[in-house]
Amino acid sequence: MIHTDNLAKKFGAIQAVENLSLDVAEGEVFGFLGPNGAGKTTTVRMLTSLIGPTSGSATVAGFRVGQQDTEIRRTVGVLTETPGMYDNLSAEYNLRIFAELQEVRDVTGQVEKYLKMLGLWERRFDAAGTFSKGMKQKLAIARALLHEPRILFLDEPTAALDPEAAHLVRDFISELKKEGRTIFLCTHNLDEADRLCDRIGVFKTRLLVVDSPANLRASVFGRKVVFHLRLADEGMAHSVQKLPFVREVKVVENKLIVTLEDPESHNPDILRLLVKAGADIQFVGELRHSLEEVYLQLVQKA
Amino acid sequence: MKKIKTIIRKEWAEVFKNRMVIFTVAFLPLLLIAIPLGVLYGMHTTTPATSSTNALPDEMTKSMCPSGLNASDCMQVFLVSEFMMLFMLVPVAIPVTIAAYSIVGEKTTRSLEPLLATPITTAELLMGKCLAAIIPAVLATYAAFGIFALGSWIILANKILLTALLDLRWLIAIFVVGPLIAILAVTFSLMVSSRVNDPRAAEQISMVVILPVLAGFFGQVAGIFVLNARLIIIVAVIMLALDTVMLFLTTHVFQREQILTRWK
Repeated sequence: MIHTDNLAKKFGAIQAVENLSLDVAEGEVFGFLGPNGAGKTTTVRMLTSLIGPTSGSATVAGFRVGQQDTEIRRTVGVLTETPGMYDNLSAEYNLRIFAELQEVRDVTGQVEKYLKMLGLWERRFDAAGTFSKGMKQKLAIARALLHEPRILFLDEPTAALDPEAAHLVRDFISELKKEGRTIFLCTHNLDEADRLCDRIGVFKTRLLVVDSPANLRASVFGRKVVFHLRLADEGMAHSVQKLPFVREVKVVENKLIVTLEDPESHNPDILRLLVKAGADIQFVGELRHSLEEVYLQLVQKA
Repeated sequence: MKKIKTIIRKEWAEVFKNRMVIFTVAFLPLLLIAIPLGVLYGMHTTTPATSSTNALPDEMTKSMCPSGLNASDCMQVFLVSEFMMLFMLVPVAIPVTIAAYSIVGEKTTRSLEPLLATPITTAELLMGKCLAAIIPAVLATYAAFGIFALGSWIILANKILLTALLDLRWLIAIFVVGPLIAILAVTFSLMVSSRVNDPRAAEQISMVVILPVLAGFFGQVAGIFVLNARLIIIVAVIMLALDTVMLFLTTHVFQREQILTRWK
């Protein structure tokens, strides 16, 4: 659905986006992570045909950026970094304007559908300026969906929201995912990316890495299995370390933390070895690094 | 065309909630109607019929005073004509105020990016914004002139005097130069809006467009020139040329990318 080939953008001497090559499949939720000023918003603006690339090419839903811009804007829905509502106008009128500009056939029906879906129907005649941040964000999401876009670009959808509002927005994104829409999600919220995204691209002017959250953890930190023992000692750790597939073993309190490539295949071998060595195994689990640790590792290296 | 209408309706719905805009749109035309009508009424009821026209330039008495008018009538025509020039402030001040709020307002509310993310073209967007500012200005000018004409008709019994007051030059000025000057004011405001972040600053800088109108007023008062139909047609042609250049420049200056990346 989204394809970029060496996409780049320069503002004067500043290289905002450098040689971005990326593919996002239909129905995929793609997380675009990066620090402030990394070029995420510039990338979204290029892919939504708001600004043109300096070099490289991109297609969105089969339409070429820079050549079929109006078609792209008809096809995609955009949630911009700030809601950007007309504060003096009612919620309903705000949506009505955008439905008309998006050439929606049943303007009244679509406006009603999304106001109800996002719980804003009762406040539809109130000026958008009287809404809380969370309500404005929901209104902005409704605005992005009025024309039923197949592709959604969401730029920081839960930024500055309280936990409850953020939770509601995340649930709504999950619903959109179930509907099979392709979602390009720019976020600083790594927990959100971890929960919602099929794949994640870590970006800092250029794309550092793209993979699923699980694979990213594995590639950066390796997979770690924790064996909780009644009494762990260095002798057991040495025995485990000698196994050819084990990368690293640490003893922390009465736990053996073993780093290995393929726990599903090799855990039974380790368990057999430990039992043979007389260990009392209480339970076994995988140690999950947070996506934040993965992200920081990648961004700091870059 | 549908998208242009949507933009116009949106602009009016938003802009006319602003008290400053309503004040400018309503108060200025009322003031400019009240002054000449007051002068006309005062002179009509108090000036003796033998007042001298010596104070007026010869050229002015020839062009303004058709045969059948006495010196007092000529003086009335002259004075009201001076104020009629100020009528041209209406198609300048109103669109500048509306454009300043509607365009810089997009910046301050950050609503421009979602707007540009729709399939609307830049030309449609600018056309909608221009028309939203020009239409009320032109209508207010026409309405003000209509009320002035009606008031003059009520105050003046003299048909020749009425014809002299509402002659061809003012009809050209109001109905032709008025809309042209409004276009100039709006395009200038659009350009100014791209450089400032405050609606009041945009309005104040854009008000520079008023200077030629004031120069016309004071030039005529000082007797430097007399505004006759020929001169007003020349002004209309110059305005048309300026508008063409300004519309061309505005559509070229307001590229989406520049609007998004420079409007901060």
